[in-house]
Amino acid sequence: MGVAIEVDNVIKRYGDHTVINGLSLDIKPGEFFTLLGPSGCGKTTLLRMIIGFNTIEGGEIRVDGQVINKIPTNRRNMGMVFQNYAVFPHMNVRDNVAYGLKTRKVDKAERRRRADEMLKMVKIDQYADRMPAQLSGGQQQRVALARAIVIQPDVLLMDEPLSNLDAKLRVEMRNVIKRIQHQVGITTVYVTHDQEEALSVSDRIAVMHDGVIQQIDTPKRIYLRPANEFVAGFIGLTNFLPADNDGGTLDFGCGYRVPVTTLREGAQKAVTVAARPEEITIHPAGEPGIPGEIRSSVFLGTSTHYFVALNAEKEVEVTVPSDLSDTLADGTKVALRILPDKVNIFNRESHTSLIREGV
Amino acid sequence: MNKRQKIAPVWRVLTLIVLALFVIFVVYPLILILYRSILDPKTNSITMENFTRFFTRKYYTNTLKNSFKVTVVATLIAATLGLLMAYITRQVKIRGTKTLNILIVVSYLSPPFIGAYAWIQLLGRNGIITGFFNKLFGIQLPGIYGFAGIVLVFSLQSFPLVYMYVCGALENLDNSLNEAAESLGASNFQRVTGIILPLILPTVLASSLLVFMRVFSDFGTPMLIGEGYRTFPVVLYNQFMGEVTNDNYFAAALCVIILFITLVFFFLQRWIAQRHSYSMSALKPMQPREVRPLSKALCYLFVYGVVFLGMLPQVTVIITSFLKESTPGMFTNEFSLVNYRTIFSKNPLVIPNTYLFGLCAIVLVVVIGTLISYLSVRKRSVLTSTVDTLTMLPYIIPGSVLGIAFLYAFAKPPLALTGTAAIIIVALTVRRMPYTIRSATAIVGQISPSIEEASISLGASEVRSFGEIMVPMMMPGVIAGAIMSWVTVISELSSSIMLYRASTQTLTVSVYTEVIRDCFGNAAAYSTVLTATSVLSMLLFFKLTGKRSISV
Repeated sequence: MGVAIEVDNVIKRYGDHTVINGLSLDIKPGEFFTLLGPSGCGKTTLLRMIIGFNTIEGGEIRVDGQVINKIPTNRRNMGMVFQNYAVFPHMNVRDNVAYGLKTRKVDKAERRRRADEMLKMVKIDQYADRMPAQLSGGQQQRVALARAIVIQPDVLLMDEPLSNLDAKLRVEMRNVIKRIQHQVGITTVYVTHDQEEALSVSDRIAVMHDGVIQQIDTPKRIYLRPANEFVAGFIGLTNFLPADNDGGTLDFGCGYRVPVTTLREGAQKAVTVAARPEEITIHPAGEPGIPGEIRSSVFLGTSTHYFVALNAEKEVEVTVPSDLSDTLADGTKVALRILPDKVNIFNRESHTSLIREGV
Repeated sequence: MNKRQKIAPVWRVLTLIVLALFVIFVVYPLILILYRSILDPKTNSITMENFTRFFTRKYYTNTLKNSFKVTVVATLIAATLGLLMAYITRQVKIRGTKTLNILIVVSYLSPPFIGAYAWIQLLGRNGIITGFFNKLFGIQLPGIYGFAGIVLVFSLQSFPLVYMYVCGALENLDNSLNEAAESLGASNFQRVTGIILPLILPTVLASSLLVFMRVFSDFGTPMLIGEGYRTFPVVLYNQFMGEVTNDNYFAAALCVIILFITLVFFFLQRWIAQRHSYSMSALKPMQPREVRPLSKALCYLFVYGVVFLGMLPQVTVIITSFLKESTPGMFTNEFSLVNYRTIFSKNPLVIPNTYLFGLCAIVLVVVIGTLISYLSVRKRSVLTSTVDTLTMLPYIIPGSVLGIAFLYAFAKPPLALTGTAAIIIVALTVRRMPYTIRSATAIVGQISPSIEEASISLGASEVRSFGEIMVPMMMPGVIAGAIMSWVTVISELSSSIMLYRASTQTLTVSVYTEVIRDCFGNAAAYSTVLTATSVLSMLLFFKLTGKRSISV
């Protein structure tokens, strides 16, 4: 089960304003594919082009090899879960779930059987006769999910389905979504601006910015090996440090030099090093490293977070696993070193990754 | 996100149908009026003669002056009363607020001229109260007519409008604003003048301008109680309907003048509403609080006093409807149902007509209004925006002008509607349409577009989604609005009075004609039937919506 979606060089225009200009991506059958990006990056626009709420001004979208540009939404056989649930408030839970079966002229008994089966799957069968107003946000989102899946769509589309839920429910619901998607095996396109959510549910992620895809990769590679500075900065917390590449050795000035093995052949001299807070270590002042001074610290339980000033403008964030030793006092002079195999290195001009393939 | 989406042909066709209807029933009659206003009655050539005639004769320009005078004074009084009433009922715990609300709305919804005629019963030359004082002091009071009479009737009849709007605004004012002001050291006086008043001032102004437009174009009241004090609408009515002077082209010019004035005030109102409105919604509205006994007594006295005065005409009418008349206008103290017997036997069509026309108009208003508001919110295009703007036109057209325009437009085939029930139903529909569209638009706006998208993604067509999802979701709000429309439609006078024939006579028209004929007993009985219908409808409204206040 599951079909492939090919987005081929599509263009979206509103009047003279081009939002997406020639975007392509392939989604594999049965894949959980996420469009991730800041608001206004065009991810929802693209999703709405796939389902048909937005027109396509150029290029084509193929589902299972068939061009769908001109097929009206109600005949595309795609299920959609909306940010605000969009549960029909005047129908009870069962009727909501069965609505798509009704439009497909499934007979009444069969409708009820399949709706109830689906309600059991999302674990709200005990609320089948309730009205949506009597349900919590999480329960309503389960109704919306059941309603979208029960029609056995070719594709399931989700537009920020968790952003209206509180933090705890968000984690719970994303596991529900992941489990059910896995069970049903349906090709899923998921839109979110929440990177943690994207990393936790997706098979693959496309990071978007200004209508352009920055990187398509597995969550792990997106996080550990971002393709460019935008991805590195958008996913997680990253410190950007300027350095010179001296034939495979990074020179941070101030006498601190580190050899790295991950750089690709012929990498430029001027580079930017992207180091996550856990990829920097703190050492006593005077030892090799970038000199800095502790500004402040925050104890976060599993780790302690330090803000370290390198000079008047530049400040970096470093996390250190917590232990019982004393927290470094504000004003302490320190030396910072990076973990050379973990950090990412970008071309300072083009902002693209200089890490070689396979590491 | 969905700017410039493609619009399905079915919506386009519906929009065109609605557009055609509005062109035929609003635009065309108005253009006829404009055209006739610049025609010479004898030669049929283009001329400004009709306007020059109006503006060069003191007799006519005085009526305009008079109209402005009564309207300004009545509006100021109504605004003050409405504002005070709303603020006091919001701030002070007053028992029976719900009943008071119903009474206030009832006094607003009854046609103003009924108030005029009732006040003549009370304070006129032979009025009950006048008679009492005359006897007591052995004098001969002149009675309340002219300027004072008109202002009295309009003020008491219009304050509810300001009251309802300001109540709505106060309801949306979060109490934390009050608390913030207090915590920052503001005294009670500073808090009211510095925080509350500025926040509700736009609402007060906007509703005052509505009062202004309404009062300015009403002709029934000055007709009855004005006597020698002639206002503009009275002259307009006389020019058109009068048996002595009947100059259609001159009447058309008068229509254009009043249209121009209401248009100016409409844009003024819009400008104020847009420029000076704050979007507020209260999580925790202001709660009534306990106050010192003396202030409390004063508040009770004021609130109940104003409502009493507002309701007094209604009460007078209801009581006199059950009394026997000895001579016209002189009621005995004898209880009798003779008035009711008379009105039921005289023209048995009146009550069925009223209900039937009202129902037909409401059905039309609801169906078309719902459709227009849906189209103009969800299927925005140049075409739907045009329809949306056109449907606002009747808002500024005084009823009498619409009546005259209809008589001009539909006297001859292919649309010979004069004297039919259809012409009255259409007039009522057109007059009520802007209000229904405005409230239905608000309802559509509150429904998230994704609800409809969900339905479409589940395989329903656009039309089916509209029918199965949007319509049921809009219904509760629309029905509530329809009840209010019903109450206003059955008490409509100014266009029906122009369009009626004996066979299409309605309650309000009957009240008016009976008053003019000095058959006060019959008028009172007709009026009581009307009031009873309004009150029952209002109770139904409260029952259905569970609301405690109303917006018209």
